[in-house]
Amino acid sequence: MEIQVIGGAANKIAVAMVPFKAAPGQPGPALTQIAGDDLDRSGQFRLVDVGGMPQPAESAQINYGAWRSKGADAMVVGQVAALPGGRFEIRFRLLDVLKQTQLAGYSYTISAAQWRATAHQIANIVYERLTGIPGAFGSRIAYVQKQGKSFELRVADADGQNPRTVVRSVEPLISPMFSPDGTRLAYVSFEDKKPIVYVQSLQDGARRKLAAFKGSNSAPAWSPDGRRLAVVLTRDEASQIYLINADGNGLVRLTQGGNIDTEPVFSPDGQTVYFTSDRGGSAQIYRVAASGGEPKRVTFNGSYNVSPAISPDGRHLAYIGREGGRFSVVLHEVASGQTRVLTDTVRDESPSFAPNGQAVLYATVEGGRGILGTVSLDGKTRARLSEPGVDAREPAWGP
Amino acid sequence: MNKIFWPVLLALTLSACGTTGGTQATVEDRTGGKTGAAGAGQAGGSGKAAGTETVALGGAGVAGSSLDGSGSYAGDPRKNPASPLSTRSIFFDYDSFVVKDEYRPVLEAHAGYLLSKRDARVILQGNADERGSREYNLALGQKRAEAVRKALAVLGVGEAQLEAVSFGEEKPRNEASTEEAYAENRRTDVVYADE
Repeated sequence: MEIQVIGGAANKIAVAMVPFKAAPGQPGPALTQIAGDDLDRSGQFRLVDVGGMPQPAESAQINYGAWRSKGADAMVVGQVAALPGGRFEIRFRLLDVLKQTQLAGYSYTISAAQWRATAHQIANIVYERLTGIPGAFGSRIAYVQKQGKSFELRVADADGQNPRTVVRSVEPLISPMFSPDGTRLAYVSFEDKKPIVYVQSLQDGARRKLAAFKGSNSAPAWSPDGRRLAVVLTRDEASQIYLINADGNGLVRLTQGGNIDTEPVFSPDGQTVYFTSDRGGSAQIYRVAASGGEPKRVTFNGSYNVSPAISPDGRHLAYIGREGGRFSVVLHEVASGQTRVLTDTVRDESPSFAPNGQAVLYATVEGGRGILGTVSLDGKTRARLSEPGVDAREPAWGP
Repeated sequence: MNKIFWPVLLALTLSACGTTGGTQATVEDRTGGKTGAAGAGQAGGSGKAAGTETVALGGAGVAGSSLDGSGSYAGDPRKNPASPLSTRSIFFDYDSFVVKDEYRPVLEAHAGYLLSKRDARVILQGNADERGSREYNLALGQKRAEAVRKALAVLGVGEAQLEAVSFGEEKPRNEASTEEAYAENRRTDVVYADE
């Protein structure tokens, strides 16, 4: 997938990703390319042009003055060595160009299959050492790809690469969500001519129906401890939110009434469920205690605010708001109620936060096809993850 | 929504009381280009039939065969193109879940059929246009399916014969992103389990 960074923060950290000394037979693309794309996409870094510069592999070989004059605040150097059995040793160092000191240094012995994961790990180390925030580049995303009449539920790296199909169906698939430990996916499949909620192991592909009650079953959301899920059922009346244990037992109804209550999501502490409801006459976001009780309205601006996601620290909601016929990603600070529109596209859907809370993944439409994008919390950096000729939708960011 | 919906239900109830024996003598199809005609088990009807002479026999329990010559209508009244039973799609206005009055004959006919065949089941498949959230649209489609389910229940059809489900925006009849396509996709389909 390609990355298009549209803007960025004013004070970006300038980092030089010096291509590592290569080993024969190493996989591509270069580790510094993959890790550099990760950092670029975050919006917090500016990649220093390394063209025409010497390419040291060890700190002793570095001419810091030359890199300083290129504007670099930090730099990454390293080397790859081929080992017997198709394995590789990666050694890399992160250096402070101003202080001329090492900030981090690691070596890994990996198989070729771990190449991209190692690059994301390098990006995580650089990101955390320079921003103080853990990186999320090693995390995964799930999404649905439509190709012709076929629907595929896919799991990919957070940069959109390395996609693997975990469900293929001629009927629609929607609403995937990773379990908190990342080992399972809950999703909705229409293969039985109606929406049914499945839970599937990513380890062995085994799956079972979690909710297949009379009527429609949809919108699964894991509790933070992974022991139960919120689901939307219509078995009693219009779409209502229920809680169900991950083994399919212990069904209890959480919301009451004849209106639409859907798109539940647990707060990180598991105490609150945010959801979309039309109980006030228009689609708005509400919250209710996970133990039940009277819901309270959360959004008040506009006539259509849907698909809430909550940040890992519980401080922000991201949702889709409609204004003047445009559907955009809105960031909402829970404490103050202040909102900010993060995107300038018009058909955004299904936002979810990165595991480190620093970006929002969402779906939108561009040129008539569905694409996936990320946006930083300041809205200044938007990246596009898209593959030509496919229709991608329903993204969910996982651990 | 309930405030708007109840008068419709009331109207359906009253008109259902006005018919007897599961026949639909007062049925008149005003939903589209199809000609008005009698419901199941009732020959004649409104007399508006234009060029189509069909007799629906199945609902009356009389063995018979199709007179329409097409071969597609072999005695099953649900397949009779002249019967309101052949109308299987109920369309809705934007952001609306109200079953329009023009569908009263269609719902009366389906209710009549279901009352006459207690082992028959229908699945009411609600749909929505593509604008907005997929899950929210699933709930909107459900509301449309539910509106039709309630209307049939008020006409006396048993709960066990009815299931309302939603496809949301996932299975559009018209995939274009136009107002015309959206209108086609805001609907509930009446699907018999044995068909």
